[in-house]
Amino acid sequence: MKEVNLNELERRFQEKIDKDIKIEPNDWMPENYRQTLIRQISQHAHSEIVGMLPEGNWITRAPNLRRKAVLLAKVQDEAGHGLYLYSATETLGADREETIDDLHTGKAKYSSIFNYPTLTWADMGAIGWLVDGAAIMNQVPLCRCSYGPYARAMVRVCKEESFHQRQGFEIMTTLAKGTPEQKAMAQDALNRFWWPALMMFGPNDADSKHTEQSMRWKIKRHTNDELRQQFVDVTVPQAEMIGLTVPDKDLKFNETTGHYEYGEINWDEFWEVVKGNGPCNKDRIDVRRKAKEDGAWVREAANAFAEKRARRKSA
Amino acid sequence: MSKKEWPLWEVFIRSKAGLNHKHVGSLRAADAEMAVENARDVYTRRSEGISIWVVESKNIHASDPAEADSLFEPADSKVYRHPTFYDVPDGISHM
Repeated sequence: MKEVNLNELERRFQEKIDKDIKIEPNDWMPENYRQTLIRQISQHAHSEIVGMLPEGNWITRAPNLRRKAVLLAKVQDEAGHGLYLYSATETLGADREETIDDLHTGKAKYSSIFNYPTLTWADMGAIGWLVDGAAIMNQVPLCRCSYGPYARAMVRVCKEESFHQRQGFEIMTTLAKGTPEQKAMAQDALNRFWWPALMMFGPNDADSKHTEQSMRWKIKRHTNDELRQQFVDVTVPQAEMIGLTVPDKDLKFNETTGHYEYGEINWDEFWEVVKGNGPCNKDRIDVRRKAKEDGAWVREAANAFAEKRARRKSA
Repeated sequence: MSKKEWPLWEVFIRSKAGLNHKHVGSLRAADAEMAVENARDVYTRRSEGISIWVVESKNIHASDPAEADSLFEPADSKVYRHPTFYDVPDGISHM
């Protein structure tokens, strides 16, 4: 290959991005682009994996067999989504084990929403409806992300997620139409998950340090506030439709803009949870660590079995 | 205690008879049989396939993207390989 200087490589790289040509694993890319993607995709992977815990909490206590089968299928999907995403980080040269260790040592972050406890069955409804709803809002534009393997993983994830949101909304609808106690349970879950769901889109644009560069690289297609607004606009009418009240006294529809205006998000709470001081941060990581340690013998047994099988074949 | 990491496998799925296998992603597994089982569990959860290939990633040899221009250039200059290169007189059909 002939010598090309770094500036020229970066110029050609940006030119490809501007023309919407996807970047693939072996293509030249700026080191910062690689690191930004590894950080974002691994956080996304960790969120899928940790995200199994609040819902796993209710699998054994689902109200009937249908709900149980559905919840189990959803949690299995999340394990698969984590796998697609860890694979995508590996195409960038990240080491799988190190990536997972970064989660377990607290070095890597994951979505702060999963640090809230799931206190009642209605929380399964609120999570599917609001948390998966917000995740879909974030993930649909990622299907057009400039990095090929991430974009392709997102296409698969989005296809699978749409059932997640519907099953959650179905749980909420059923409870909202039920006894006064059931309806109160649904309202309580909405009250607790509404604000954390809005926080899922990340800090306000003015405080989001990665947004500008990520948009230039087409890793991100919309800002945090744009996506958050879109989420509020579609979700508020859904709540009204099933007779639940969004817990925001400042919420009102602006006829001129065609958008809902919503109240101030408690960013102090958000940063506390991000820093590790949410209600369940410690518990989530402890459970993950224990799962890895307890599963070590399974991974070793699989290696031993593979070796035995190989020996038998060559004999 | 062995700390050996499971090798990486590329997964290819035939979605239905008559179509070719297509790359869908990758996964880790201790050997080929387990890779097929894992691929069944993650990549065909919604009837996406009727056949699975797995290839250990280290066995895939790829062309160098940095050399793509010179590698594929010979095809660019041979327009006569395409039917549109040829003039067909008016009135001629089935060609």
